[in-house]
Amino acid sequence: MKGHVWRPLYVVIGLVACILIFRMFYVPSDFGIQERGYTFGFHRLSNEQEWKEFPAKYKGAAYCAECHTENSESIVNSGHGIISCEDCHGAAFNHPEDPEKLSIDRSRDLCLRCHFELYMPSSQRNDLPGIDPKTHNAGIECVECHNPHNPSLEDM
Amino acid sequence: MVEQLAPMLVHGEIWTVKDLFVLPNEYVYWAIQIVLYPYMTGLVAGAFVLSSLYHVFGVEKLKEIARFALVFSFALLPVAMLPLLLHLMQPLRGINVLMTPHFTSAISAFGIVFMTYACIVAAEIWFVYREFIVFSIHRLSAKNDRSVYEGILLRIYKLISLGAMDTSEKALGADHKAVKFLAGLGIPVASFLHGYAGFIFGSVKANALWMTPLMPVIFICSAVVSGIALCIVCYYLFMGLRKWAARRGKNYFLPDGIAHGSSVVDYDHLRSVQEHEVKMTSKYLLIFMTLALTLEALDMIFRGYTAVKSWDILRNVLFEHDYVNIFILQYGIGNILPFIMLLIPGVTVRRAVLASILVLFGVFMMRWNVVIGGQAFSLTFNGFMHYHMPIIPHDIETFKEGLGGALLVAVSPFVIFYFLNMIFPAFLVDKEEAHH
Amino acid sequence: MKRRDFLKSTAVFVSGAVVSMSALELLDPGEVLAQNPELRWGFLVDTLKCVGCGMCVKACKIENDIPLDANVTRTWVERYVITKDGKVNADTPKGALNGFTSKLIDQNASGMKEIPDEDITQAFFVPKLCNQCSTPVCVQVCPVGATYQTADGVVLVDRTWCIGCGYCIMGCPYGVRFFHPVAKVADKCTFCYHRISNGGNSACAQACPFGARQIGNLRDPNDPVAKAVLNQRVGVLRAEYGTKPNVYYIGLSKEVH
Repeated sequence: MKGHVWRPLYVVIGLVACILIFRMFYVPSDFGIQERGYTFGFHRLSNEQEWKEFPAKYKGAAYCAECHTENSESIVNSGHGIISCEDCHGAAFNHPEDPEKLSIDRSRDLCLRCHFELYMPSSQRNDLPGIDPKTHNAGIECVECHNPHNPSLEDM
Repeated sequence: MVEQLAPMLVHGEIWTVKDLFVLPNEYVYWAIQIVLYPYMTGLVAGAFVLSSLYHVFGVEKLKEIARFALVFSFALLPVAMLPLLLHLMQPLRGINVLMTPHFTSAISAFGIVFMTYACIVAAEIWFVYREFIVFSIHRLSAKNDRSVYEGILLRIYKLISLGAMDTSEKALGADHKAVKFLAGLGIPVASFLHGYAGFIFGSVKANALWMTPLMPVIFICSAVVSGIALCIVCYYLFMGLRKWAARRGKNYFLPDGIAHGSSVVDYDHLRSVQEHEVKMTSKYLLIFMTLALTLEALDMIFRGYTAVKSWDILRNVLFEHDYVNIFILQYGIGNILPFIMLLIPGVTVRRAVLASILVLFGVFMMRWNVVIGGQAFSLTFNGFMHYHMPIIPHDIETFKEGLGGALLVAVSPFVIFYFLNMIFPAFLVDKEEAHH
Repeated sequence: MKRRDFLKSTAVFVSGAVVSMSALELLDPGEVLAQNPELRWGFLVDTLKCVGCGMCVKACKIENDIPLDANVTRTWVERYVITKDGKVNADTPKGALNGFTSKLIDQNASGMKEIPDEDITQAFFVPKLCNQCSTPVCVQVCPVGATYQTADGVVLVDRTWCIGCGYCIMGCPYGVRFFHPVAKVADKCTFCYHRISNGGNSACAQACPFGARQIGNLRDPNDPVAKAVLNQRVGVLRAEYGTKPNVYYIGLSKEVH
C-alpha cells in the first residue's frame, strides 16, 4: 500500500492522543469503579462524602425537648403527642442561633391536613376526627378553641 | 399554612399538559430536540449508505448522487450533535460522554461512535477529493491574481493535503482502494450510529411503548429511508437551483465556483438532473421502505396480540390520542402514499422527488410518534400527557426546545453544506475528479 | 522498508494490547462482584397507617432544598378512591404537599371529580419515594457515571458531573427522578443520606406522626424494618421490571402500579 494512504490514520491517532491527554487533566483522579462494580458503581468517589456533609435542617422532637420541656411534656399526653414539633413549627435549622424564633402556624389549612373530613374506608384516616371547613366555624382559626398541645375539648 | 407561592416552572412544565392521574415528576422531558436527534443521525447514516452503494457495490448509475451524498453526509454530521447540545441541561458538560463513558448506557456510545464515524467520512472524502485537491493546489499556486478567498482556499487545501501530492496512477489506485475500504467499513459504523439511537429507546423497560427489541432495526431501516429520500430531494433542488443561478449569473449560489475557477461553472456545463440517478435511487428507497414498514407493522401486531398490562393505555394512545399522527400522517401520507407513487410504473423525476418529500415527512412523524408518543401516557397507566411544542420563545428554554431550536437544526446542514461545497465541490464531474 | 513495517506493526500491536488490557481492568470480575456489606438501607411503608397529611412531603422539600413552589418532589402521597363499579380514581395534588383538603379528585386537565361517599368501597393513601433498587435501571443508563449506587445501597447523583440528558429520568419505572429546578441536574430521593449516615432518621419518616414510614437496615436481623420484611406479608412496586426495589409496602393493593 502506498505510504500516503496511512496519513489520515496518523491524523486520527494524533486526535485520539490529544483527547487522552486532555482527559488526564479534566477527569478527577478519584473517578472510577467503586464497590458496586462498573454498572452500578462508576463514579467520582469524593461525591459520597459531599452528600454526607449536606446540611440537615430538621433536628427532631428530642432536640426541642432539651429546652422547651413544658411544651414537650404537655403535648405528649394528648392526641397530638405523635406529631413532631417541627411539623407545625417548621424546621429548627440552627435554632436558637439562627433563626431565633420559629414560626407558629395558626392557619386552618395546617389542621385540615389531618382533620378535613374524608371518607376513606380501609385507611386510618377514617379514624381521625374530621370536620367540613365550610360548615365548622368557617373563618375562625382552629386554635381559638382548640389548644394544639391539648386539642381535645372534652379533656379541658 | 397552605403554600401558595407563585409557581417556579420546572423543565418540561411549560409544554406539558397533564390529564387524569399523572405522577408529580412526570413531564415531557424528551421533546422536539430528541425527536430531531435520531432524525438527523438517520439522515447521516442514510446518506452514507447511499454513497456506499456506489463506492462499495459499484452501482454505476448512482455515481453523481453518491458524491453529493458523501459530502452532504459530512455536512449533516456536526448538525447531528446540535440537538443534543440544545437539549442538555448542562451542555458545557457534554464532553463528559467522551471523558468518562459509562458503556452500560446506550447514550455513551455517542462519543466514540460519532467520532469514529466522523473520522471515516472525513478520510473517505479526503481520498475521493485528493486528486482534486492536488490539482487545485497546482492551479491556485500558479495563479498570480488570487482573490482573498482563493488565497484562503489555497491555504486550506495545502493543510488538508497532508503533503500527499503524488497523483500517479499507482497513488490514485491506492486512493480508490482506500475509498472502497472506508465506504465498506463505514456501513456498519453508520448503522451503529443510528442503531444505537434505536437501542436508547428500545432498551427502556420502564416505557411500555419504547420497549421492544425491534426498535434498533426499525430505526436503522427508517434512517436509510430518510437518508436516501433526503438525497433525492436535495440533489434535485440543488441541481435546479444551480441551473437557475448560473443562467442569471448569481454566483453566490454556486460556491464551488471558487474551487473550480468560475469559467467551469456556467449554464452550459451544468448537467441536468440525471434521470437515471434519481430513478435508481428510488428503487433502493422502495426496498428499505418495505423493510421499515414491515417491522413497524410487526411490532404493533405483536403488541395487540400479546396484550400485556400496558396494552390498554397504549391502545388508547395509538388508536385515539395519536390516531391522526400515526395512521394518517405517518403511515398514510408518509408511507403508503409515497409507496404507491413509486410503484406505479413510469416514475418521473418529479414524482420521485414528491414521493421523497412525503417520505421525509413520514420518517419525521415516526420519530415524533415514538419519542412524544412514548411520553403521552403516564407511568400510572391511568393518565396522559399532551405535548405542545413552544412556537414563540419567551426564554432560552422555550427557544431551545421549541420551534426556534428546531428551525436552527433544520437550517444548519444547508449552511454547512454551502461552505463545505466551496472546498469539496459535490456536483461537477471533471476528468480531474474521476479516479475510477 | 522492512524497518518501517516492523515499527508500524509494533506500534499497532502495542496500542492494541494497551487498549484491550485497559478494558480488562475496567471489567475486572473481582470488582464487579458486589460484596455483601453489613449495612443495606431499606424502607417500610405502611399504607394502612398513612392518613395523607402530607407532612412528609413538606419536610422532605425543606430538608433537601427542593423549592416549595416547584412542581417536582422527591417523595409524594397518592390517594386512591375505589367505587362500587370497580373504577379506580387516583390523584396526587402537588404530590400532597398540602395534604388532601378536598374530597374532589384532582384530574388535572379533566378537572375535579366529585365522588359521593356512598359510592366508595375502598379508599387509601400510598406514599411513594425512591426504591433505591438493587439493580437500579437509572444508574445503568447514565452515560457519564454521574449517578451511582453506594456500597450501602443508596443511589446518588453527582451534581458536578451530571450533564442533564434525562435518560435516568426516562429509565426509572417509578417516576421518582426529576430535574432539580435550581441545580439543573437530575435529582431524586436519597433516603436523606446525609441524615442516616450520621445516625439520624430520614426527614419524611421523622415527620410522619402515624409511623407510616420507617427506614432501616435490611441486613440487621434486629432492625424493625428487616424484621417486618422477613415476617410480614409485604409487597413491592413493579416487581416485573426486575429492578429489585428496597421499599416494602404493607397493605399494597392491586390498583397501585
